[in-house]
Amino acid sequence: MDTQPTKIAGRTQNQRGLPMSGSNPVKSLAAVASGARVANKFTPGSGLEANGVHAWFGKHHALADINLEFPANTVTALIGPSGCGKSTFLRTLNRMHEFIPGAAMAGEVLLDGRDIYEPGSDVTKIRLKIGMVFQKPNPFPSMTIGENVLSGLKLAQLKIENKDEILEECLTRAGLWKEVKDRLGAQGGSLSGGQQQRLCIARALAVSPEVLLMDEPCSALDPGSTLRIEETIRELADSIIVVIVTHNMQQAARVSDYTGFFLSDGGPGQLIEVATTNEIFSTPRDKRTEDYVTGRFG
Amino acid sequence: MATIDYSSVKPQKPWRLDSKQLAINGAVFLLAVLLTPLFLNLTPLNGKLGASFIFVVLATIGNTVLSIVRQGFKTISTSIAASLIYLATALVLLPLASVLFTVASKGFTAVKLNTFTQDMRITNPDAPFTEGGALHAILGTFEIVLIATIICVPLGVLTALYLTEIKGRFENLVRFLVQAMSGVPSIVAGLFIYTVLIVTLGVNYSGIAGAFALSILMLPTVARTSEEVLKLIPNDLREAGVALGATQWRTVAMVVVPAAKSGILTAVILGVSRVAGETAPLLLTILGNTTNNLNPFSGPIAALPLYTFSLMKTGLDVAISRAWGGALILLTLVLILFITARLLSGKKR
Repeated sequence: MDTQPTKIAGRTQNQRGLPMSGSNPVKSLAAVASGARVANKFTPGSGLEANGVHAWFGKHHALADINLEFPANTVTALIGPSGCGKSTFLRTLNRMHEFIPGAAMAGEVLLDGRDIYEPGSDVTKIRLKIGMVFQKPNPFPSMTIGENVLSGLKLAQLKIENKDEILEECLTRAGLWKEVKDRLGAQGGSLSGGQQQRLCIARALAVSPEVLLMDEPCSALDPGSTLRIEETIRELADSIIVVIVTHNMQQAARVSDYTGFFLSDGGPGQLIEVATTNEIFSTPRDKRTEDYVTGRFG
Repeated sequence: MATIDYSSVKPQKPWRLDSKQLAINGAVFLLAVLLTPLFLNLTPLNGKLGASFIFVVLATIGNTVLSIVRQGFKTISTSIAASLIYLATALVLLPLASVLFTVASKGFTAVKLNTFTQDMRITNPDAPFTEGGALHAILGTFEIVLIATIICVPLGVLTALYLTEIKGRFENLVRFLVQAMSGVPSIVAGLFIYTVLIVTLGVNYSGIAGAFALSILMLPTVARTSEEVLKLIPNDLREAGVALGATQWRTVAMVVVPAAKSGILTAVILGVSRVAGETAPLLLTILGNTTNNLNPFSGPIAALPLYTFSLMKTGLDVAISRAWGGALILLTLVLILFITARLLSGKKR
């Protein structure tokens, strides 16, 4: 393989070292799988698409040759044991990867047909379109619940019209409106962990993203809050693309349309198999996937 | 559903000593006090220092014996360590209490109402306390420290932001220089401003020169404390801001700094209290005055530390009392600042 790590800042087009398109069996499998379940939902040039994505931390090759398509209005779950690069992959999808010192990547991530790593592309606009919810709830401590929801708009210096409508809409979509509608002026930190996470989802929704990336959003939550967030994810799939990293396979089975299985055999993490969630959990093609989802390892 | 009556159950604290045990502890303590003079005569030690030493040894032995009786030999090291820790605490608090007490008792007589309303322009240093005052010194200190704060806060906070948010190429160099700066002796700061501003650039002895000298001492305190506070802000918040599509500048301004607000305020107050009592740099830059000078940009100006210093220098009894009064006012101001800082930093949201 001729792929070289390139620093994210100051890259040029010809340094990319892209593999030949169509050369990867995993990707074509994904295309077959998505075509089988939801016909014609993925049209090239719309949605989110990762082509030959590699990631490095310093000299450590963390992720190798990931090819994945995320069709519109779907939920894709990324599963796999710890350290297999799921979260790293997620962070390459909205350019959060580059915040880690020593990080490098290769390949391309297409949003609506345009590479988000294209030199000169506005990274803040990309992150506005591709929102993220983190593992640990992280509401802004100096802001109230209402201010937290609107914070994305303020941070990105967008005009805020009909503030109350945005508040109600986003909090309702995040499944939090009923619980907080009478105390929007309270501090964000005064909510419980599950409520804080839903507040973070509302905050991410307020900037109307096209894609929402969720990095183990329920790992710190109780079953009740997890259920609320899973309902939220299902509702979100009516309008946007959701990509969720999870360690909980029941959760992947409950919320997702497609599932990708990542694994590292000591080397960089790889995408072993991607298919509809049904197939992954009932008739996986790869032995390793079968072992993982049936709990024989990992 | 019938409510069960739990009123017969009383809350207890079985881990605390009961009144009988407390009484025995008190008795051991008293015994140590009573035996101290006896041992003082038996040993070659003498004086207050010898007495305290003997008391500490006796009390440690008494407490250790007590805990052996109660809990066996296993606790012997715990008991000795606990005694030594209490001793160390007392030793640290003693000089502090002594300084406070001395300044308060000697300075109290010299502080009257007119101390805060009059200056020393027509008063001899040895005139009665009902004449003259330290108003010029209080005002001078406020002016100089205020200007120093205005210079230092933006510089210090921006330096801290460079170290924690930008983490630029010179991060380590800047951090090293800030640390080195905090070790600069205050007289050197004064000499530096004296050489650069007064001798070379021809600025007069004035409040602004003093403020610059104090800034040199204040800047590292503000920068280092702010850096520590900013480092405590979890990285999650920065990532959350950026992931929402904000630029780094907007994230820092709207998320990171507001989250560290009370800590940065504490840093500023600590910086102010660091320099409010400095004398040496002011000696070379503001020269001192006996009258109010409300213009920090021209002419010599007074300040509380300098006021104390110059009155002490006269050698006259009344003037020396006035100097203690000045020290008391200064100490009180710094104490108020410190308490404010503690309250602000300890405040729970």
